[in-house]
Amino acid sequence: MTDETGARPTQQPENQPQAQGQPQASGNEKYYVRFTLAQRYLHAVLFTSFLGLAATGLPMRFSDNPAARFFAREVGGFGAILFLHKFCAVVLTLAFLYHLKDLAGRVLVHKEKGIFWGPTSMVPNWKDVKDIVGHLRWFVGLGPKPQFERYAYWEKFDYWAVFWGMLVIGFSGYAMWFAPFFAKFLPGWALNAILVVHGEEALLAILFIFSIHFVNTHLRPDSFPMDMVIFTGKETDEEFRKKRALEYQRLASEGKLEAKVGEKPVYWWVNFAKVIGFTAILIGLILLVLTLIGYFGNA
Amino acid sequence: MQDASGHSVGVDADLFHTSIHGSLSCTDCHTSIKDYPHPEKPVAVKCVACHAEQAAAIAGSIHASASAHPCTSCHGDAHAIFPKDDARSAVYPLNIPRTCGNCHSDPVLAKKYGLQNVYSVYMDSIHGYAVSKEGLLVAANCMSCHGSHNILSHKDPKSPTYKTNIPNTCGTCHGGVMAEYSAGVHGKAVAGGNLAAPVCSDCHTAHSILQPTLADFRMQSTPICGSCHKGRFATYQDTFHSQLGLLGGYVQTARCWDCHGAHEILPASDPASPINKANLIKTCGRCHADANASFVQYQPHANPRNRKLNPALYFTRFFMNLLLWSVLGFFSLHTLLWFIRAKREQGKSGPTGEAKDD
Repeated sequence: MTDETGARPTQQPENQPQAQGQPQASGNEKYYVRFTLAQRYLHAVLFTSFLGLAATGLPMRFSDNPAARFFAREVGGFGAILFLHKFCAVVLTLAFLYHLKDLAGRVLVHKEKGIFWGPTSMVPNWKDVKDIVGHLRWFVGLGPKPQFERYAYWEKFDYWAVFWGMLVIGFSGYAMWFAPFFAKFLPGWALNAILVVHGEEALLAILFIFSIHFVNTHLRPDSFPMDMVIFTGKETDEEFRKKRALEYQRLASEGKLEAKVGEKPVYWWVNFAKVIGFTAILIGLILLVLTLIGYFGNA
Repeated sequence: MQDASGHSVGVDADLFHTSIHGSLSCTDCHTSIKDYPHPEKPVAVKCVACHAEQAAAIAGSIHASASAHPCTSCHGDAHAIFPKDDARSAVYPLNIPRTCGNCHSDPVLAKKYGLQNVYSVYMDSIHGYAVSKEGLLVAANCMSCHGSHNILSHKDPKSPTYKTNIPNTCGTCHGGVMAEYSAGVHGKAVAGGNLAAPVCSDCHTAHSILQPTLADFRMQSTPICGSCHKGRFATYQDTFHSQLGLLGGYVQTARCWDCHGAHEILPASDPASPINKANLIKTCGRCHADANASFVQYQPHANPRNRKLNPALYFTRFFMNLLLWSVLGFFSLHTLLWFIRAKREQGKSGPTGEAKDD
């Protein structure tokens, strides 16, 4: 556990120019490393394959929708759709396994502390519960804004939602792919249930990522229009202090802040990442609209 | 040779002498003409004088009005009528669609008499194709199903196209299928007087009949079964079979008759039915090569909305929906409130100032 309260005021210089979540080209700003290159690549593989899965899965789910049929026909019919869906699924599975391998290595080989417990862990703790309540109170003006550690509760939720989603969607997907084999272990009704589970959980994932995750992480006023840290791996001193004050203070008090200092992201890389990121968000928002049309158009 | 008003009154004697009436002399038919010059208004030729049987049949048919349907409207030029097995005849099997089509593809007549556009869809059908492209004399032309002189409305119980007569009519050529159909539930129901049960044309249509293995037919026919079997169709639509089947013309996924059979449909309780428990591995195995005893426990018509019939599926769906809407509900509210608050903070601090956190 890190510290007690979300009520501690941040000590920020009043004259700091406001950074809207993007690295400003002011030149004199310090950059801190938040994500490693491997983590950034993992996120890129994750969202690319997820977009592919959503784009090819939605037409199957809402196959009586004209847009779905148009898309299916354009990519080469149902056979092509299912092939691409399975291809993206395998890519995502490999990314998931890589992540598990990475975690296992950090736990077993490097004996890294803080994976399961403590301020840098993804595991939810009591402070997260208090942060949810505190944050909600702050939304409606009933209390001060909570300060966050390395991973805020909604970021942890994002992580575990994806983790759980991959297990559920992945298992049900492979169970359909290899149904006669899985039928050896699963009861009869489960063969029917896996399609329901696969479809509903995928719907949840699509709706959540393309609306809640997009707004929470990228489109909210503090980060608008996109939080570049997952692409560049780095954020400015000001962003760091503002968004995760507790981690900043903890590192500062432990004298570890300087070790986190990184190079300012290269100009072309930031622009490249923006193109990729905005494309992903645009595709996601289009799919969100089509999903809502498909869902409520059928209901 | 032309008459005063410009009509040709000449007759091709050579052609006439090869026609079916070639051995007759002119006055055998033109009985009112005795000498020359002819009467100003010769009496119309009466075919009925010789063809009483056909005339009687016509008189009782849907084409009864003689003025609108003179014999020549189907048999063509009176001086060039040939036997129906002569390729020059207007009623030669390969010529019949065009002959009937003279009226039955005419939009003016169609509007006047409320005729359906059957000619063009027939010509595109498997029968029309067989006649027009393959020249198959045995392929069904209009006459094969409707008869010739004695054509009746399909509403007339004596008509070969009356619902209960259709299996026999089609069975004239499709004897094997008729036997299968008669043994199946639909055939028995129709024979037992249940007019709601389908006959051949209810599934295959009457005129635009497609080759049943064609993609178009596979795509169009499932809703046809569904038009009666609404509940079964609805649960089928929930399945992967249907979802994929609808997409991009993907025709390989199971349609109704892939599992139930097409003509000899039997209840699941019948040991000969492809959906009898004992036959499921074989039936599912036609597509799913590795189908095994537990695989065929899959219910192709399970209903996740029916708690009594499919409790496990019902609660699975219930749980998934609960998860979906509670997560989305909470976070929608959370994110909306956050967004509004963050916007207000931004407004308070102004464009250049620092947002005060608390």
